[in-house]
Amino acid sequence: MDEPILEICNLSIGLNAPAGKEVVDDVSLTVWRRKITCLIGESGSGKSVTSSAVMKLLPGGLRLVGGQILLDGHEMTGANAEQLADLRGRVVSMVFQEPLTALNPVMRVGDQIGELLKIHRPKMGSQERKRRILELLGDVHLPDPPATLMAFPHQLSGGQRQRVVIAMALALEPALIIADEPTTALDVTTQAQILKLFRELMTRHESGILLITHDFGVVTEVADTVYVMQNGQVVEHGSAADILKAPQHPYTRSLIAAVPKYRFRSPLPPSDTPLVSAHDLELTYTTRGFTGRTRQVKALDKVSFNIDPGEVLGVVGESGSGKSTLARTLMLFETPDNGQLQVFGEDATKLRGQALRRYRADVQMVFQDPFKSLNPRRKVGLSLTEGPIENGVSKAEAVGRAHELLDRVSLPRDAMNRFPHEFSGGQRQRICIARALAMRPRLVIADEAVSALDVSVQAQVLALFEGLKNDFGFAMLFITHDLRVASNICDRVLVMHRGRVVEVGPTQTIFTAPQAAYTRELINAIPGEWDLTPAA
Amino acid sequence: MMALVMLGLVIGSAILASWISSADPLSISPRFRYRLPSSEFLFGSDQFGRDIFSRVLHGGQISLMVGFLSAVLAAFFGTLAGLLAGSFRLIDQILMRVMDGLMAIPNVLLAVAIVSLVGPSLVSIVVAICIPEIPRVARLIRAMVLTLREEPYVFAAVSMSIPRWKILLRHVLPGCVAPLVVQFSYMFASAILSEAVLGFLGVGFPSEIPSWGNVIAEGRTAFQRAPWCILFPGIFLSITVLTVNILGDRLRDLLDPRISASRAR
Repeated sequence: MDEPILEICNLSIGLNAPAGKEVVDDVSLTVWRRKITCLIGESGSGKSVTSSAVMKLLPGGLRLVGGQILLDGHEMTGANAEQLADLRGRVVSMVFQEPLTALNPVMRVGDQIGELLKIHRPKMGSQERKRRILELLGDVHLPDPPATLMAFPHQLSGGQRQRVVIAMALALEPALIIADEPTTALDVTTQAQILKLFRELMTRHESGILLITHDFGVVTEVADTVYVMQNGQVVEHGSAADILKAPQHPYTRSLIAAVPKYRFRSPLPPSDTPLVSAHDLELTYTTRGFTGRTRQVKALDKVSFNIDPGEVLGVVGESGSGKSTLARTLMLFETPDNGQLQVFGEDATKLRGQALRRYRADVQMVFQDPFKSLNPRRKVGLSLTEGPIENGVSKAEAVGRAHELLDRVSLPRDAMNRFPHEFSGGQRQRICIARALAMRPRLVIADEAVSALDVSVQAQVLALFEGLKNDFGFAMLFITHDLRVASNICDRVLVMHRGRVVEVGPTQTIFTAPQAAYTRELINAIPGEWDLTPAA
Repeated sequence: MMALVMLGLVIGSAILASWISSADPLSISPRFRYRLPSSEFLFGSDQFGRDIFSRVLHGGQISLMVGFLSAVLAAFFGTLAGLLAGSFRLIDQILMRVMDGLMAIPNVLLAVAIVSLVGPSLVSIVVAICIPEIPRVARLIRAMVLTLREEPYVFAAVSMSIPRWKILLRHVLPGCVAPLVVQFSYMFASAILSEAVLGFLGVGFPSEIPSWGNVIAEGRTAFQRAPWCILFPGIFLSITVLTVNILGDRLRDLLDPRISASRAR
């Protein structure tokens, strides 16, 4: 019979301040060997705090109020620094969300894994240690382990870095691996591989895995047991199959409902006068190394597409496929080396001075990171009215527009006098959308505009985009790495891979009858099993 | 709060020096050389029998003025240069090479050269101390501008067709304030010390115009015999430097809406 590796009983964690409310309230959960336990909830639900309590790595300002944490038979709440140092790494290890920041950028990958072994297995000889590192790198399916051993983190891709982090987590064969949103920062194809890897490693190393996520797609893919957290409490738990089939708690149901379903729209009839018409765009970035060696990256390679008035064109692809470069080119932040770009009937690459300013006012962008795309030192009202005022709109009218848009994006009007940091990620993204629309643009470029948001917030923002598009009648270039999202909002989809257009066509055709092998690979990688027949 | 009171006391005592201390900071009386601190000579007297209390208070006027003016001027011109260099590539090439050239000359050497060229006066000493600081500020601000201009909110501003200079003033400059304030408090302190160095090298203010710098420089020779000659101006100097630094840090936090909000909570 399986044995539990981690038992959390009635754990409560509160703010340090007097009368602080409890961030984690009476949470009990169990992780078994050879099982993946998923802890799911939105940001702020206390899931990460719970997991950091296991490692006794509570962020400052929080304190343990009560409860017990039994890790492989050891009581963690009362453990001293020495016991902790021994338990961390040997019995429990962690995989973090952002693989770039979790690795030391100036240390070779092999040395970083070796360091762990050196500390916890001092008796291991250097030859043996090297053999063990190579074995670990092979375990996580990194291509060419001897080469990876000598590589620095920046020389690896995001997925490869996450594999290295996992290899580090496995180095001491811990009984429990805690993975905090391990695939959120990765694109779909990589995410699928990493999740598969977790399953495989768990059976081989006899570990238990506590996986923290906000995406039910991930849960369907790998989970054995699921705990759903809301506002610091576990509202529902049970086997993954049961919860997915018959969720009891309304919150669980809303989370499952929030996972983007395929919902294809009937394509618009093609227009004779496209808003944007790009033909054979080419853009090459040249970087020069310290030794003067030049390296060329083709960010755009013969890219051609049209956007009709009122249409939403989706651009999907992995990171590094040239999606963002395409957006920057349309914004005229970059000048293409070759090719024609006709926007609003003008040759966009030749615009200068006043014409360029007019063009920019007509094309607005919504950025990925809502925490960075608003000036943190300016009140929201200033951000919303600044653009229109600079473009000849009177102050009174600009304020009027801002009020109207705040109503439209369901934010209170007094948001005008507050700073961006007073809003949540989803609210900020609404502000960014309002800011873009205050310019009354004809084309909106959304660069991963919902990728940084929780799944449930994602659905709301997508619906908002849709409604606004119908009201204001702008066309949109919607960039995303998430095909589920793309299917919800795009009329047509353009698939990019390494700067090239792999395939372009109506959304439904792309999903149900993909022509290119790469498109098929992308679609198969989507987490969860999804019915490809369109929902009503 | 404590820091504000202390700095206020130091500045107040410098401004009101003539009223607080009745003794003439310049009157020489060889009879009273190296007197211990007493009710007559509150901080003792120096090798010419001059009242150190009075010299320290009067010296504060010069020292604080030099420190404040040099820091303000260096911060202003440095920020201007940094903003221009960070936003226009051609200006960057020319301006930053000039700055590199300035930085290649040792600070004190440059200051000595400038003062000996035009003679010691408040203006020449402030200029001499401020010029070597400008490249440091310029480099700092330029680096900040280069980082901030890659922020999405700056791209958003560009896409709203906001003129370049307004983007610089509204979106880029405010982000530079925090490091600038820290640099300012450092420059304020170091300018007071630089003035002392110049005084020591004989190109600062003559001993008829007391400043903390030259009072310390003169007292240095008699340190073993009369430590009070150097102790009291030293205390004033330390308090000023310390409080300016503390206030600089506080000001930096206050100017950041994110931090001041979390403090308030």
